[in-house]
Amino acid sequence: MSEKTFVLDGKTIPYAEGQTIMQAAMAAGVYIPRLCYHPEFKPHGSCKLCTVKSNGRQAASCTQLAQSAAVVESDTQELNDERRALLQMLFVEGNHFCPSCEQSGNCQLQATAYALNVMSTHYDHFFPDRPLDASHPEYLLDFNRCILCSLCIRASRDVDGKNVFGLAGRGIKSHLIVNAQSGALADTDFAGDDKAAQVCPVGVILKKRRGFAVPIGQRTYDLKPISAMPDAKES
Amino acid sequence: MDTPVKRKLKVATTSLAGCFGCHMSLLDIDERLFDLLELVEFDRSPLTDIKHIGTCDIGFIEGGLCNNENVHVLREFRSNCKVLIAVGACAINGGLPAQRNHLALPIILQEVYHTSHGLAAGSDIPNDPELPLPLNKVHPLHEVVKIDYFIPGCPPSGDAIWKVLADLLAGHEPQLGHGLIHYD
Ligand code: SF4
Ligand code: SF4
Ligand code: FES
Repeated sequence: MSEKTFVLDGKTIPYAEGQTIMQAAMAAGVYIPRLCYHPEFKPHGSCKLCTVKSNGRQAASCTQLAQSAAVVESDTQELNDERRALLQMLFVEGNHFCPSCEQSGNCQLQATAYALNVMSTHYDHFFPDRPLDASHPEYLLDFNRCILCSLCIRASRDVDGKNVFGLAGRGIKSHLIVNAQSGALADTDFAGDDKAAQVCPVGVILKKRRGFAVPIGQRTYDLKPISAMPDAKES
Repeated sequence: MDTPVKRKLKVATTSLAGCFGCHMSLLDIDERLFDLLELVEFDRSPLTDIKHIGTCDIGFIEGGLCNNENVHVLREFRSNCKVLIAVGACAINGGLPAQRNHLALPIILQEVYHTSHGLAAGSDIPNDPELPLPLNKVHPLHEVVKIDYFIPGCPPSGDAIWKVLADLLAGHEPQLGHGLIHYD
């Protein structure tokens, strides 16, 4: 039986039945920008950064199953312009002051924006007021940088069996919450060896007293672009 | 016959709500400054001490907008420069000064001049009419005027600044690749 394949940006990509376009592309070493997809978790399909055109129709490649002989476009001016706009909206909806962010250089939002040459935030900034949660002795939550990817929610619920995090509100009012009566991380059973402590792609869930142990300029994505290591980050 | 001398491009620079770090980075292009001075002459800039901008080809602006004078200078740059470049984190997203944006301005002034520790006796919120009025929030430049190019970084490296200036002077679209594009 001949191998099942589709074509991604002119390259033939083999896939197994049931694989998504993203999974097949990753296995073939082709980078498709993404933020809410992580290979260890069920896809969420919310950030839309991974949107490709499959046979001319837009679809999130992290949820769209690969189809035999499909013609898929990803690295095109049109799709990359849309990705830049999505990234710029994520930047202005939160407060992203990279020079003072402990995650700078290890951050997947920042590194993805580098990869797509995002030179400005373009839109008007919201400058929202989002207080920190420093209640936990070992971990700090800086909600200013949350991009609502839900990875911490999936990790805590599906891997740790704890359900520490959740999403509340709708639309532009969506925000991350901590599932405790007080709303404080210290009043949950969250622990440093939880999967949820490792997965945040940006600088929200931060281990205390580690901050700048590795100097800015020598961090993961300072050394290599994200296309070379989409999931690696200092843990 | 004399060969026609190529006109040098006029460049103006200023620091609004910035720390002069981006200007220091401009000086960090080191000996390439000599190459630059072959191609450009400086108009208004902290480097020349010219106080008012004339007609220019390129305006190089570091810092965001934290008071009404910043807005005035930015508009003056926009109406006199063909190309405006926002340089550094503060010009692009407000940067460090914008980290006051979640606090109401009166609360900040109260705390700084009335209730913080170690104030001199009689300390009060400055209200000399010569002082520019602070804005309620700090804003990036692109929220007020059109910006043509952006060089991110806090500060951008001398190499990143040089790459953008050299691309522009050579007539290409500026491109920073991996290693030169930085937000920190
Ligand atoms: S989370 Fe990422 S993009 Fe946001 S401030 Fe930190 S480093 Fe910058
Ligand atoms: S805290 Fe981090 S992992 Fe959780 S939803 Fe926000 S960005 Fe995603
Ligand atoms: S990575 Fe596919 S929608 Fe976020």
